[in-house]
Amino acid sequence: MQNGENLVSHAEDHEGTRRDFLYYATAGAGAVTAGAAIWPLIDQMNPSADVQALSSIRVDVAGVEPGTQITVKWLGKPVFIRRRTDEEIEASRGVEVSALPDGIARNDNIDGQVPATDENRTLDEGGEWLVQMGVCTHLGCVPIGNAGDYTLDGNVGGWFCPCHGSHYDLAGRIRKGPAPENLPVPVAAFVDESTIKLG
Amino acid sequence: MSGIPHDHYEPTTKGQKWLHRRLPIAGLLYDTIMIPTPKNLNWMWIWGIVLTFCLVLQIVTGIVLAMHYTPHVDEAFASVEHIMRNVNGGHMIRYLHMNGASLFFLAVYIHIFRGLYYGSYKAPREITWIIGMLIYLLMMGTAFMGYVLPWGQMSFWGATVITGLFGAIPFIGEALQTWLLGGPAVDNATLNRFFSLHYLLPFIIAALVAIHIWAFHTTGNNNPTGVEVRRTSKAEAEKDTVPFWPYFVIKDLFALAVIMVIFFAIVGFMPNYLGHPDNYIEANPLVTPSHIVPEWYFLPFYAILRAFTADVWVVMAASWITGGIINAKFFGVLAMFGSIIVMLLAPWLDTSEVRSGRYRPMFKWWFWLLVIDFVVLMWAGAMPAEPPYSTISLIGASYWFAYFLVILPLLGVIEKPQPQPQTIEEDFDAHVGKAQAPAE
Repeated sequence: MQNGENLVSHAEDHEGTRRDFLYYATAGAGAVTAGAAIWPLIDQMNPSADVQALSSIRVDVAGVEPGTQITVKWLGKPVFIRRRTDEEIEASRGVEVSALPDGIARNDNIDGQVPATDENRTLDEGGEWLVQMGVCTHLGCVPIGNAGDYTLDGNVGGWFCPCHGSHYDLAGRIRKGPAPENLPVPVAAFVDESTIKLG
Repeated sequence: MSGIPHDHYEPTTKGQKWLHRRLPIAGLLYDTIMIPTPKNLNWMWIWGIVLTFCLVLQIVTGIVLAMHYTPHVDEAFASVEHIMRNVNGGHMIRYLHMNGASLFFLAVYIHIFRGLYYGSYKAPREITWIIGMLIYLLMMGTAFMGYVLPWGQMSFWGATVITGLFGAIPFIGEALQTWLLGGPAVDNATLNRFFSLHYLLPFIIAALVAIHIWAFHTTGNNNPTGVEVRRTSKAEAEKDTVPFWPYFVIKDLFALAVIMVIFFAIVGFMPNYLGHPDNYIEANPLVTPSHIVPEWYFLPFYAILRAFTADVWVVMAASWITGGIINAKFFGVLAMFGSIIVMLLAPWLDTSEVRSGRYRPMFKWWFWLLVIDFVVLMWAGAMPAEPPYSTISLIGASYWFAYFLVILPLLGVIEKPQPQPQTIEEDFDAHVGKAQAPAE
């Protein structure tokens, strides 16, 4: 077949022709242009600037007495802030890590995977302040406080998720039920004596 | 349009000829409405019209509801109450839209099972079947997003759980979920985009419906015998068919009228029967309802989602083989989408030469077991995720997959089908009698 008889296919040409080059260049330019046009339409669905700006908040915890807890909304999700009593700290620190279904601390303040000891989950060294996401690690329900099978004296500390029956202990660690992981501890720190900064 | 020989539109008046030369729209409508339709279609073939009606009903009521609804987290719940209490006839429009979704899904399920029984998915109707499945997927997306709009407790937590499924996908899950929600949790950005998409998707469904109809008008309708209309001549084709207008239009409208009586009885007397009282409590991100249940039409697939827990051996095997990448949560998500994908692949999984289940003695039993399985899964999906319901869900989900992946391929090989009629005319005369056949 002579060149020129078949303008579309150049399969018999082993060396690329000028026309082949134009095909690929046009197709490539078209693909890049289409991608450049579509990307902003996809990216607009990502969190907007005002949503991202809320990624850090300060919580006043001056009014939180030992043995009580507050729930604050952060990034659209509940955060449990509990001030534990000495009895709670003592009971929680007595738990062996080997007895836990999830042996990892799940603490965003600590790099790497550390064991889920009580010390590795609390905000302060004394273990008085426990800050954790109030989102069940099973399907995202909000657990109920001072409830479940792992409370102190039946009604102090501990969390229970009513959706599918997950029980969390005095340090928010999963003990029983379908949830796979401990309640996550978010990035948090005391910025002064009575204010916790989340995020 | 159709491969079945029939009379085509001929413009007669001067005006008709003028238009036809410029835009043959009258011809297109004529050929669509006069399509030769197998004359032995039974009452299971009315659901297509019911579905078309539902789509129109939902679009019309939806457009007027959008005139009064506010897609903002602070006002959405109140604006729905405003529709219920203040807008003229608003409560009726909303109840029609709410229950219209239920009728839509009831009809689509019967329509799909009709297709599964009579082998409507088989060659040459695979494209019709696939388009139908795409419509069904879009319907689910549309219904899910619509249910979020009233911003009640079930709206919010349903959205949280369902979008959480995407978060279960390994590696990209979290970024994908954040992208879908427009933030770290279900919030105003989510509500806003769901409203936008809830308004858009029905029009894409409408376009797919047109393609669905185009496809089966090209192949011709299936019918209860599964035997094709004779195409050798117009005279023979006319012995197997009658035109869609007026015969099937009247029949379908009669069926629709009966269904409307029941539908309006529900809308009028028990409009909230299929809903959840929790959705009349405004969404609260800090409190979860004790029992999150999707709408009834999602329950079978919700049951499949929850059936595969970490203690099931296939889940453990998948987790072990993939080194933990596939965990129980992701497996459940795969199973749920997989249950629809196997249905989509039915044309290639079913190896039987015989189209209609009427002439397949073994297939019949397995088919009806699948129908029962679907109902059982629906019931199990509404129950708490604990024994014995979790076991029942697992058995139900396993049968669902077994039906498509094992039984359909095997039956074609081992089953001895019963004799089929030679023609549709023969079957029709045997059932109805020659004398009662509609006069042309």
